Amino acid sequence: MAVPIQQQSTVRRAIKAWFDPRGRSTGLIAFALMRLSGIGLVVYLLLHLVVLSTLTGAPAPEAWDTFVRMAKHPAFLLLDVILIAGILVHMLNGLRVTVVGLGFGTNSHKGLFWTLMAVAVLLVAYAAWLIFTK
Amino acid sequence: MSTNGTEGAKRRVNFKILRYKPGFIDPPRYDTFAIEVDERMTVLDALEHIKATQDSTLLYRHSCHHASCGTCAMKANGREDLSCVINVFDLDSDNVVVDPLGSLPLIADLVVDMAAFAERFAPLGMTLVRESEFAKECEPPAGIEQYTRYEDCVECGACLSACPVANTTPFFIGPAGLAAAYRALTTGDRPAKQVFAHVDSSEGVWRCHGAMECSAACPSDVDPGGKIMALRRELVKYKVKRIFGSREE
Repeated sequence: MAVPIQQQSTVRRAIKAWFDPRGRSTGLIAFALMRLSGIGLVVYLLLHLVVLSTLTGAPAPEAWDTFVRMAKHPAFLLLDVILIAGILVHMLNGLRVTVVGLGFGTNSHKGLFWTLMAVAVLLVAYAAWLIFTK
Repeated sequence: MSTNGTEGAKRRVNFKILRYKPGFIDPPRYDTFAIEVDERMTVLDALEHIKATQDSTLLYRHSCHHASCGTCAMKANGREDLSCVINVFDLDSDNVVVDPLGSLPLIADLVVDMAAFAERFAPLGMTLVRESEFAKECEPPAGIEQYTRYEDCVECGACLSACPVANTTPFFIGPAGLAAAYRALTTGDRPAKQVFAHVDSSEGVWRCHGAMECSAACPSDVDPGGKIMALRRELVKYKVKRIFGSREE
């Protein structure tokens, strides 16, 4: 149901404005990916700190071995690949935003985005190969 | 509708239009109107046809009918443009969803409160006078050029509606306001210090996250996104100069 903008919550407006691709161009895809990867990295950092903090107080060898066994499970390795994808997308897109944000290459921002995302895909593929085979 | 007596291609199109009348149609809903359109019909033509033949209470803004006034901007199938230049056939769909501009308070149906858009120009003291509107055959009043703002901009609000940041904060100066500030800077209409004081804030030039949807939506090729980035670069240069002792303004 449509609601006038003055009656919408900020969260509802943000979700619609940031992630609704209808009628939008490459710019919104880059904008949305930046937010998704940024939020994802913050969540990962918090989880990472929580997991490490539970290991530091425990009987070290057993707790650590249990965690390492879990970390070697393919599902966990897939999460590693997703993490690397998030880092690369956020980092490379951030470089683009910095360059464009200072007035350089504003007319080429779409090409720059797709080029950097192609680089990200190649690097993620290489990382996935290393993670699952080495 | 054909006015020259020839019959062109015709198609029946469903227009799903947002309706809102505080206290009457509240909360808002979509009403669908089916009409026959021809290959020359614009979305504004369709709205006028619907108002004349099906629902005289339908509200929308328009004036010139030729992309000059910027009054009739709205969203057709999610994309902002002037409804007087959106050819219905070009939308290539038998179902067209018509929404009012985003980022601005909704008054009724497709009418938004443009005061919230115009207010974003106010701090620099710019009026609605455009240089392109000066009559060449007569001398403009002395000093009027100081009120000139971004002359290509038709002040339609499409950029503000398309901006993902402006949709989450009503305080962001927004693409058109920042593009106007850049013009004021480059033409010398306003002192650099005044322009930078206006845009150098968390709701000013730094609030832009470079989605560039404003430039994609602009029907007048103002490229507000590019202007914001250029303004930001000038601001950085200004700040660096100040750090190293220059008081150039």
